[in-house]
Amino acid sequence: MSQNLKFVQGNEACVEGALYAGLDFFAGYPITPSTEIAEHLAARLPRIRGKYLQMEDEIASICAIIGASLTGHKVMTATSGPGFSLMQEGLGYSIMAQIPCVIVDVQRGGPSTGNPTHVSQGDVNQARWGTHGDHAIVTYTASNHQDVFEMTVEAFNTAETYRTPVILLLDEVVGHMRERLIIPENGEMPVVERLRTSVKGGVDYHPYLPREDGRLPMSDFGGENRYNVTGLFHDMWGFPTDNPKTVHELTRHLVDKIQNRVHSLARFKEYYLDDARVVLISYGSAARSSLHLVEERRSRGERIGLLELQTLWPFPAGIVRERCAQAQSVVVVEMNMGQILREVKVAVEDPEKVFLANRIDGTLISHRDIMDIIRISQAKGV
Amino acid sequence: MAARDYIRERFFPHIWCQGCGHGIVLNSLLRAIEKLGLSKNEIVMASGIGCSSRISGYVDFHTLHTIHGRALAFATGVKMSRPELNLIVPMGDGDALAIGGNHFIHAARRNIDITAIIMNNRIYGMTGGQFSPLSGFGTIATTAPYTNIDHDFDIVDLSMASGASFVARTTTYHAQQMADIFRQAILHEGFSVVEVMSQCPTYFGRKNKLGGAVDMMEYFRDTTTPIGSKAKKKNPDLIERGIFIQEDRPEYCSEYDQFIERAMKGN
Repeated sequence: MSQNLKFVQGNEACVEGALYAGLDFFAGYPITPSTEIAEHLAARLPRIRGKYLQMEDEIASICAIIGASLTGHKVMTATSGPGFSLMQEGLGYSIMAQIPCVIVDVQRGGPSTGNPTHVSQGDVNQARWGTHGDHAIVTYTASNHQDVFEMTVEAFNTAETYRTPVILLLDEVVGHMRERLIIPENGEMPVVERLRTSVKGGVDYHPYLPREDGRLPMSDFGGENRYNVTGLFHDMWGFPTDNPKTVHELTRHLVDKIQNRVHSLARFKEYYLDDARVVLISYGSAARSSLHLVEERRSRGERIGLLELQTLWPFPAGIVRERCAQAQSVVVVEMNMGQILREVKVAVEDPEKVFLANRIDGTLISHRDIMDIIRISQAKGV
Repeated sequence: MAARDYIRERFFPHIWCQGCGHGIVLNSLLRAIEKLGLSKNEIVMASGIGCSSRISGYVDFHTLHTIHGRALAFATGVKMSRPELNLIVPMGDGDALAIGGNHFIHAARRNIDITAIIMNNRIYGMTGGQFSPLSGFGTIATTAPYTNIDHDFDIVDLSMASGASFVARTTTYHAQQMADIFRQAILHEGFSVVEVMSQCPTYFGRKNKLGGAVDMMEYFRDTTTPIGSKAKKKNPDLIERGIFIQEDRPEYCSEYDQFIERAMKGN
């Protein structure tokens, strides 16, 4: 146990989770506040005969990991807002070509260079809609280091299971804060390995023909099956086509394989929700302040609870709707102008009872900030 | 194995225009591979976007058709994760040197064992004839209707300055020299650049009144000369072709292997 107990930054917890999940190829470009992920992997990966590549920019970084994933490796890159913007075209390619990869965005304030060393949760919608065209996306987040570790492992598992990029949205506070992390023993947490084809070389292989369960067995690129990979709409051999039926079916496949699994992809935590009249909905470091407030008010007998989201996309609207059904008011706590607020308002029966408690000044939202909004929502003074 | 065994016949006819030089490049490349006796499973071809990049669809290798300008970055990921594979990256001049210019110079700087082929037809053909960084001052394009004021640069000079350890230039008129250069470029352990001057009669030729495909190829014959020839001394405006540099320098994947050994010892 003592060997597995660490006192680390959130960025290191992410590194530990990635290595536990089997990461063996990382490419990145230095950017605050994500750089520690690259630094630790530069030291760790060569010791397990893995590869760390420092590329010329974030565009090259995501392209390089996609190339390495194709050959059968578990891959990741890490960045912050400006770099995440640069990665959007590569992200779209990995969606279209269905190549597993994990992209970590340790958020800072923005737009543009913004507030590099300060906290923000401004990239939630960029994660959802940043790349062009119709698509679905999986995005996870976490509020403490044990959860950062677990959600990183989960990100790899989901990427491999559904042949999709997975975005892990951390924030500056979680990334840089130090706290306790216990690394599970091997086997304690499930680690998903890639589904590989049993089709032998020389036999007609259809890399893009989904099985009945919707999954696509892969063949390690450069191995015995030769095939084409493209960002164009393509047929079951991976060859470009503009045949309307094929284009329609591929678009549906890319969206449905994620959207039809909203429930199984939903990761969340519930605190004191059973009888809560006030429900806080939060995620990332904002959820820490939210939990602090909930526990403080509970000790005074107030009926308040917290729904902490760890899956942001696909948005778990059904769960939010159900957990908010009995609430008199719902307060979304986030450090942006209301990016998850909009989703909650659409999800619940009565959007009029949904309020936003936020900070957009690079400062961690405090329990007092949240309390002020609760009092306003109850028509009390602050 | 005959050259035709390397192609995916069912995906022909190709999309290139009549008279396009890119088919000659494909021909010379397959002859080089045939001569080397490489098996189809040993070759990965990664390409970007543009007329030139469609070449990857027609060959029966492991083929990776990526996004505009980034083929070398994808290829770097493939090569670093499977160093035993032969990586060939065909690109157009715009793909390699405008949108992909940064990846190009950095791949050269690392001296990673990838063969980069720049099919330089001095125009964006796929989008219908806009000027590229290689069109040159004074040329005409759909986006330079009053003549182009953008200067071009020399691909050979750029490649050598960036650290490529094999740099060559040839033209579609010199198909046999091209095949021989491709063969040596693929054999070379390090970053290899082959510039192929290729004709786009549809856009560059027509806009600049250079005649048809044959006229453009004869122009390559008449305006180029072997490296260090007497003709070059007499007429410095001639463009040299041949292998400019071919040096043994530490290759990136091999260096990384040694780096891993150092890291393991420090464990």
